Amino acid sequence: MSGGARLENANPLIFQRTGERLQTANDEDEDVADPIDDREIFDLIRSINDPEHPLSLEELNVVEQVRVRVDDQENIVGVEFTPTIPHCSMATLIGLSIKVKLLRSLPERFKIDAHITPGTHASEDAVNKQLADKERVAAALENSQLLEVVNQCLISNARTG
Amino acid sequence: MAADSALLLGLVEEFVLGQQDRKAVDTATGKLKAGQFTILQLVEALGLHLTSSQPQTRGRGVQLLSNVLQECYGDLTEREVKVLIVFYENRLKDHYVITPHVIQGLKALTKCSVLPPGSAVSILKSLFQDIHVQSLMLAERSCVYNILIQLMESRESELKGLGADFVFGFVQSVDGERDPRNLLLAFHIARKIVHEGYDLGKFTEELFEVTSCYFPIDFSPPANDPHGITQEELVLALRVVLTGTPRFAEFLLPLIIEKLDSDVQSAKLDSLQTLTACASVYEHKDLAQFLPGLWASLRREVFQTASERVESAGLAAVGTLTACLSRSVLNSDSEDSLNVFLELVLKDCQHHLCEPDLKLVWPSAKLLQATSTASYRASHRVAAAVLPSLIEQYNSRTQCAQRRTLLEVLQGFVHPVTSSEEDESVLLDFRQSLCSIVFSALSESNADLQITSMRLLTALGQQTGLLLESDVELAVDHLTRLILEEGDPKVSLAVVECAGALARLHPAAFISKMVPRLKEEIFSGGLRSKAVRQRCVAALAAVSSRPSLVQESTPVLLQVLTSAHTGTGAFSLEEVISVCHSLQKIAEQAQDTEETGGVFHDVIPRLLGLALQAALQGSSGHCSPILEETVLSAMVPIISTTCARLQSRLAGQTASLAVSLFLDGDVSFLPENAFPTQIQLLKVSQSQMVCLLMGCVCWLPRTVEVPQMDRLLLELEELSCTCDHPLSYTSAAKCYAGLVNKSPAGEVLDSLIDRTLKRISTELDSASSPVRTQAFTLLLWVSKALLLRYHPLSTALTDKLFSLLSDPELGWLAADGFSLLMSDSPDVLNRGSHADVRIMYRQRFFTENSAKLVEGFNAAVQEKKSGYLKALSHIVNNLPRQVQLTELPALLPLLLEALSCPDQGVQVSTLSCLQPVLLDPPSALITQLEVLVGRTLALTTSPTMKVRIASLRCIHALSRFPEHEIMPFRARVLRALAAPLDDHKRVVRSEAAVARNEW
Repeated sequence: MSGGARLENANPLIFQRTGERLQTANDEDEDVADPIDDREIFDLIRSINDPEHPLSLEELNVVEQVRVRVDDQENIVGVEFTPTIPHCSMATLIGLSIKVKLLRSLPERFKIDAHITPGTHASEDAVNKQLADKERVAAALENSQLLEVVNQCLISNARTG
Repeated sequence: MAADSALLLGLVEEFVLGQQDRKAVDTATGKLKAGQFTILQLVEALGLHLTSSQPQTRGRGVQLLSNVLQECYGDLTEREVKVLIVFYENRLKDHYVITPHVIQGLKALTKCSVLPPGSAVSILKSLFQDIHVQSLMLAERSCVYNILIQLMESRESELKGLGADFVFGFVQSVDGERDPRNLLLAFHIARKIVHEGYDLGKFTEELFEVTSCYFPIDFSPPANDPHGITQEELVLALRVVLTGTPRFAEFLLPLIIEKLDSDVQSAKLDSLQTLTACASVYEHKDLAQFLPGLWASLRREVFQTASERVESAGLAAVGTLTACLSRSVLNSDSEDSLNVFLELVLKDCQHHLCEPDLKLVWPSAKLLQATSTASYRASHRVAAAVLPSLIEQYNSRTQCAQRRTLLEVLQGFVHPVTSSEEDESVLLDFRQSLCSIVFSALSESNADLQITSMRLLTALGQQTGLLLESDVELAVDHLTRLILEEGDPKVSLAVVECAGALARLHPAAFISKMVPRLKEEIFSGGLRSKAVRQRCVAALAAVSSRPSLVQESTPVLLQVLTSAHTGTGAFSLEEVISVCHSLQKIAEQAQDTEETGGVFHDVIPRLLGLALQAALQGSSGHCSPILEETVLSAMVPIISTTCARLQSRLAGQTASLAVSLFLDGDVSFLPENAFPTQIQLLKVSQSQMVCLLMGCVCWLPRTVEVPQMDRLLLELEELSCTCDHPLSYTSAAKCYAGLVNKSPAGEVLDSLIDRTLKRISTELDSASSPVRTQAFTLLLWVSKALLLRYHPLSTALTDKLFSLLSDPELGWLAADGFSLLMSDSPDVLNRGSHADVRIMYRQRFFTENSAKLVEGFNAAVQEKKSGYLKALSHIVNNLPRQVQLTELPALLPLLLEALSCPDQGVQVSTLSCLQPVLLDPPSALITQLEVLVGRTLALTTSPTMKVRIASLRCIHALSRFPEHEIMPFRARVLRALAAPLDDHKRVVRSEAAVARNEW
């Protein structure tokens, strides 16, 4: 980020982070099974770094807990994310990061679906199509440069966690 | 004489022909030092060679002379030096083969203390004139620099006489230097030139150019570099030069602005730090013309930064710049550059503060805060510009999040303004509105808003004059209300913190307002929920930092205990315990004065009295909560913290009273004297009170003598070996150990221990004895007491413990005992209790005993082995990391064995011991990687949650091993981690997710 390269959105809105999930007595209990819920999924993706700001997706309000849908029984996870501006060129990258993070962190039984919140991006359909296409996601992850960028976003940031 | 000169001639001959090197020099030096011949004779003997037509021969001749001079430059007379210098200066013009030796010789001569006046100048002149430094070899260049340094140190005034020529000569000789070692020398010279006031003349720019061309330094030393020069050293050396004089300002500042544009992170950082350094020596006129450029770069760095280090360096630079500008003395004709700069800052930052939702609020606020901390004038200016708008915005905005941000920004401005004594705080003008904001935010219902406003309140309270008496009272009212009404744990935590901070400064308001109100609330009966009372008690503890407050608050808490005992207040068990914790907290934080000491000195008898009453009643049917073990255990730390802090007079008194109470049943000092006269506290029925005795006598300072020691020890031993009540016998054993640890070494102690050991052994050896566990507990504690003070008898006791590892009944306990032996126990035998704890006792124990352990393990039958493994993992777990790392190779096979041991306790303990080691893996581990990965992966499906979590953490740590080592395992680990991802426990899943993402 040198002097010449201007950011697309230099002064974005910032939102507050939620705290750590509170540990309940049930969490300590061996015999109680905790279902995978939307908060758990949200905890996984909220600390992903934004590609252009040193902020997490949660702080930029790109992901919200209400936009996460989980069905533990049916093995479906759906995440909607909202780019900060309608022309954000990073939307695909953000979607890919979310998808990769969930692929790596969830059991294989889940079908993972990440798409843009309807009506928040100029080329919404194109991006959604790219993200839904298994082949293209797999191909993107073969690209070592792209994988490097995605990993940058996913570097676990223990402090923000 | 003749023989000497013949010898000399021979030596010279041999050296020049190259037959001898070191030996000739050594002999010649030895003889010269012994006075057998003079340097003149040496030169005469060299005569022929020095004038030889062969450059090589001349070179050898000069080399011999130079080498000799290097050894004995201290013995020369001024005349000799003069002649030699003339000779050497001439030789500089000679063939290039000779030059290195000439420079060596000159270097030796410059070290002479009798260097004749004027010669320094002439040496330098010929050096600069006759040789081109950069065409010399590395070693010779360094020689030249050393000559310069030497002369600068010894002949400073002469060199300054040279004027700018010296600087020019230096510039010429340094220009193009590449070797880091020589650069360090060159920077050293340049620093001296700049700092010690050499005349730079018209060569300022040249000197700057020749040094600044290295800025910013990018140097990575080759691996296993023998010279150990780091980038850090070079950077610092160069920075000192560049920031040395304001005369560089016109060159340096543009350079810094240019380098700030760099993409390299370290270059940015270096530039910012250099700017910070130079701003502290420069004056405002040096900076004035570059302010817009500097500001533009700094703003960009802070607004768009990617790294926190750059941001904080940028803020520091802004701060020092402002401070520098504020130092300036104004002339009537020049404009105020501070104002100019602040205008710039305000123009760019102020409007961002009006958008509290957006990202740039924070960088802007930080920049403004950095300027306002820098000086009084700046803070005045910034506060006047910023605060009104912030305050106004706060009042006009309605969204909580925005108001919270505004409050946080405000807090940032309140916090750093450290005005000196005579200046009145800049914030004084805004006092009224700030206070009203705080109070209005306190009465909001939003938790975050309340928390932030309490922080702001604390910050305001720290500054003199910002909170008036009435404001403090209002604040206390608000805080009290929050304590009573707000259930949010975060808010109550903040209230407690804020109240604690303010109470330290304004105790009076708290005494008159808060304490009575809380007291009333605590005793108001069951109307309010328990949680409210809990918060009241916690708040009481938090505010009790001043003696006056302690005097008010402790009686309230004691009253709670009393009424709990009599059963009038309907206080639950947890409440009583939390009251005890609060009392302990007060005891910990109370300032150590005569007054508070007195207060607590009275607390002990009251606690003892209560406990005793409860115990006596307990036998007659009515059950008081004080009788509960948990309450008693909570009382122990109150007593012990107090005792550890008591001054020696009071301490002695307390000790003798407590001992006479427990030994003789002397109840005369207890309040409400209504006890039967014949009570025996160390006998069975009231025996659990012995833990209070432990808290008292074991925590006294070592200088205080405990009366009737022998009798006390005897009774304690008896109790600990006969009683069947766990708390009683353990406390008695601890108390015994605590006293043994402090008692003076000597025969008395030895025989005492012998006696105890015999008794313990008898009990332990008879398999049918009913009190084996008791005897074991005593053994454990006494071993710990002796181990801590390096007592020679401790080995006998620990050996006994080792032998117990294979005991069918006690083996398991014994293995756990090792963890107790190696860790700090909170209630006795620690440094806080003034116990005799030697440093490194753990390492010592480990080195002495690890072999025994391994031996025992190998000798044991299969089903007994796990006990040894458990003991081992406990011991290793408590060792400091350095020792762990060095010992690990030897122990690794055993630890890996422990991983496959079926006992889950052993697994957890071993894994938690391995995990920190894995973070920085020693090479021994890498060879065992295969086994390690296999065993830990197997444990991720263990039925126990703790084992699963611990093993997943280990696997996480494994991911940081060198990549080429773990590569072969990657696929296997990723596949294996898929299973815990679907674990039914969320905690396990999250660990697995973290680990898998890392892999």
